[in-house]
Amino acid sequence: MPETFRPRDADQVRETVAWAAAEERPLEIRGGGSKRGLGRPTDGHDVLEISGLGGVTYYEPTELVLAAAAGTPLAAVEAELARNRQRLAFEPVDYGPVTGGPAERSTVGGVVACNISGPRRIQAGAARDHCLGITAVSGRGEAFKSGGRVVKNVTGYDLSKLMAGSYGTLAVLTEVTFKVLPVPEETRTVLVHGLEETAGIAALGKAAASGLEPTALAHLPPSAASRSAVDRVSGASDSVTAIRIEGPAPSVEARSASLRKLFEPTGDTGELHGRDSDALWREIGGVKLLPMDDGVLWRLSVPPTTAAGVVREIARALPRVGAIRTMFDWAGGLIWLTVEGVEDAAHGVVLGAIASGGGHATLIRAPGEIRRRVPVFHPRDPGLAALNARVKRGFDPRGILNPGRLSADY
Amino acid sequence: MRMPEPDADVIAGRGALVAALRGVLAEEGVIWSDNELKAYECDGLTAYRQVPLAVALPEDTRQVSRVLEICSEHGAKVVPRGAGTSLSGGALPLADGVLLGLGKFNRILEIDYENRCAVVQPGVSNLSVSEAVADEGFYYAPDPSSQIVCTIGGNVAENSGGVHCLKYGVTTNNILGLEIVLMDGEVVRLGGKHLDPEGYDLMGVMAGSEGLLGVITEVTVRILKKPEVARAVLVGFPDIEDGGRFVADIIAAGIVPGGMEMMDKPAIHAVEEFCHAGYPMDAEALAIVELDGHVTEVDHLIARVEDIAHRCRASSVRTSHSEEERLAFWLGRKSAFGAVGRISPDYFCMDGTVPRRALPEVLRRMAQMSARFGLRVANVFHAGDGNLHPLILYDANVPGELEKAEEFGAEILKLCVEVGGVLTGEHGVGVEKRDLMGEMFTDADLEQQQRLKCAFDPGGSLNPGKVFPTIRRCAELGRMHVHRGQLPFPDIPRF
Ligand SMILES: Cc1cc2nc3c(=O)[nH]c(=O)nc-3n(C[C@H](O)[C@H](O)[C@H](O)COP(=O)(O)OP(=O)(O)OC[C@H]3O[C@@H](n4cnc5c(N)ncnc54)[C@H](O)[C@@H]3O)c2cc1C
Repeated sequence: MPETFRPRDADQVRETVAWAAAEERPLEIRGGGSKRGLGRPTDGHDVLEISGLGGVTYYEPTELVLAAAAGTPLAAVEAELARNRQRLAFEPVDYGPVTGGPAERSTVGGVVACNISGPRRIQAGAARDHCLGITAVSGRGEAFKSGGRVVKNVTGYDLSKLMAGSYGTLAVLTEVTFKVLPVPEETRTVLVHGLEETAGIAALGKAAASGLEPTALAHLPPSAASRSAVDRVSGASDSVTAIRIEGPAPSVEARSASLRKLFEPTGDTGELHGRDSDALWREIGGVKLLPMDDGVLWRLSVPPTTAAGVVREIARALPRVGAIRTMFDWAGGLIWLTVEGVEDAAHGVVLGAIASGGGHATLIRAPGEIRRRVPVFHPRDPGLAALNARVKRGFDPRGILNPGRLSADY
Repeated sequence: MRMPEPDADVIAGRGALVAALRGVLAEEGVIWSDNELKAYECDGLTAYRQVPLAVALPEDTRQVSRVLEICSEHGAKVVPRGAGTSLSGGALPLADGVLLGLGKFNRILEIDYENRCAVVQPGVSNLSVSEAVADEGFYYAPDPSSQIVCTIGGNVAENSGGVHCLKYGVTTNNILGLEIVLMDGEVVRLGGKHLDPEGYDLMGVMAGSEGLLGVITEVTVRILKKPEVARAVLVGFPDIEDGGRFVADIIAAGIVPGGMEMMDKPAIHAVEEFCHAGYPMDAEALAIVELDGHVTEVDHLIARVEDIAHRCRASSVRTSHSEEERLAFWLGRKSAFGAVGRISPDYFCMDGTVPRRALPEVLRRMAQMSARFGLRVANVFHAGDGNLHPLILYDANVPGELEKAEEFGAEILKLCVEVGGVLTGEHGVGVEKRDLMGEMFTDADLEQQQRLKCAFDPGGSLNPGKVFPTIRRCAELGRMHVHRGQLPFPDIPRF
């Protein structure tokens, strides 16, 4: 019978992992359990639950630095920051509902371990870029730290980056330190209506290269736009290209005006302010504008100019018309795609479509038996795969941390 | 500085090694005459020198791969080198090692404006990337003061910063892809033109790897549109504490300037004598705050910064009204190292980072140390991110001064760690701070870092003697010490 261990501090985490390593008993590392459905399935193991390690351990608003125990709920950290008009600028997203798990259960450790960033990633960087330091326990049962509590630091290898996106397969995070940023005075979103995909993504590129410093750039095809709860997005029953501007009020006003001028010749423009703007980007970041019930969900990171072509190719190669729904974030560089009614999540078609232009695909939501069978994470070249495997062995030689979660080989 | 004992057999086998290298490189691609080798004996940390066994100057990735294979076969170590401006001795040669110069990798391979990136070879200088895209109004954001000469490969290896990294990030935040060659000659590609590569973030650890993990042979960098306008405010303070408060208040007000630099009185004076930048000579501290972006935003924020300056008892506040004026403000800051070089025969440039609030305390205690060691110190620093550059002035011709300066430097860095900071903010550990790593890290921390190195370079041949105070064999590091037995903690809640 698998057991669940719920240590109360980093020392107990170390003891548990050291024991598991000695016994060669694999552990499933769980924060709030929101992202259990993400990655390759790893069930049947003892569970090491980190939610007992909670609480902000360091927060100096004028230093723009916050540290918290890895099991601290993301929502708690965001609330604490909001009290000081600050935030995690990489705009972490609650992947719970996205991956078919519970909502509001994300922990800061999980956000770092899965390197989850929202629409602002394009301008502010990813979770990895905002993680200044970590403490962790390796698969050897040894506690170690990396980084620090200052924003500029090159002392030793940047193991914090390595932890970001490692899905708990290298070490169990026990504390994470973030760089935080002030919440800008004002937010607006400029909308351009009615552009088809290639034109929409080109418009996003133009906005990105405009010098107007947009902080998010998304293109919503008509089906995605129609699902929005924001009237001005769904009401037009056409595609919507959305560009977010943040900053001091006079600047936001002036830059929004410049953007609308830039796109007047391209299509009808509109503007969302404050709450409407926030609501739209929460929908985009949380992938709420795609059908959630049936079908599988892919996330593709590609060079922006290839995005429209990639989606066209996938649509063409699939057996049934209308089987896919899409949405573009990150100036086109992030494609969200649902596929319905195709065997094996259409993984051959999806991977094939990005083979020539570059990038990678992750199967974000699919039934466990499919995730067991098809590559959830993008297959790597043999040399890179071997290097990844050696890195894994250096941290977790007995393969006891989340075995199989990231790769069938370890 | 104690370096690993050179391997006498490798030194004795130099002839065969050189012959093998000449077999794969062009005539002028292998250097082994003592005269010519001299040119490579040190990097920007000139206090330490060592002539390499030979220098190899490959021209393409295949040649790099062959050179590494040959060195592996001959048991020779390899030290990668870009422009040799490292201030921590990262590119210091080894007596039994080949210095691998990337100078011939000097081409910009592709500029992709639509995807806002450029693919460049590692020997391209930092500034020439910005220059190559300037016509279209783009630039590459990280701007180390050495940008005219330092290379992109060196920037990645050191994870270099610059005055604008407060807003735009350091090298690691501005690269998308790398091609690297491992010590066994294997070529690996990481990332590309897309964001957030799959698998472990090996690009993230290559940034700041100081030439110990792999040789970088290609870099894809993000390029940004130049801000519409940039303006700077030059503020003098009667007291360093006021300057410290000014920096904290700007951050607290939610303003993220493009750059926020500071200098102390000795630095102001050295600079003023050197280039007459018009800095206030009576100020104890001088801050330059630059705001960039959209005109409306910059004007709005400049007014707020001026206001904060006055509230922090500024003795002088000047705001640039033209590009010439802005550049004049920066001229002094940019020539600070050269200026200090003029008032002292030698200097060490230190590089610790401290929490911003500790700035005044650290500066005060540094002044006390200066008196105790009898060595002058001038401070220029990236105040916005707490990254200090104390310049310790000494004369290597005076017996004992170099050692005294080293000791002074070590004490400053220990102080940085003591107040919650780190040993190095952007210059790297190299040989300079190698033996201080224990101040920040436990043995377990360092062992875990070395295990990462083992994954890339199991033989430990790539740039050994840098970063880690003790070299450990990978076989020994890989061993697991297991203590079998009962679950030793009855008090851990389990279900
Ligand atoms: C006057 C002056 C001002 C400076 N200002 C700044 C500053 O503002 N900010 C800052 O961050 N730094 C600064 N530096 C430090 C230095 O310029 C940077 O560290 C720079 O990135 C080094 O680049 P380089 O090409 O000279 O590398 P080198 O000095 O040749 O090498 C540096 C390290 O990188 C490794 N390396 C080089 N190329 C490669 C490669 N292709 N593959 C693998 N490893 C490689 C070397 O082995 C070595 O460990 C300054 C230096 C000077 C002299």
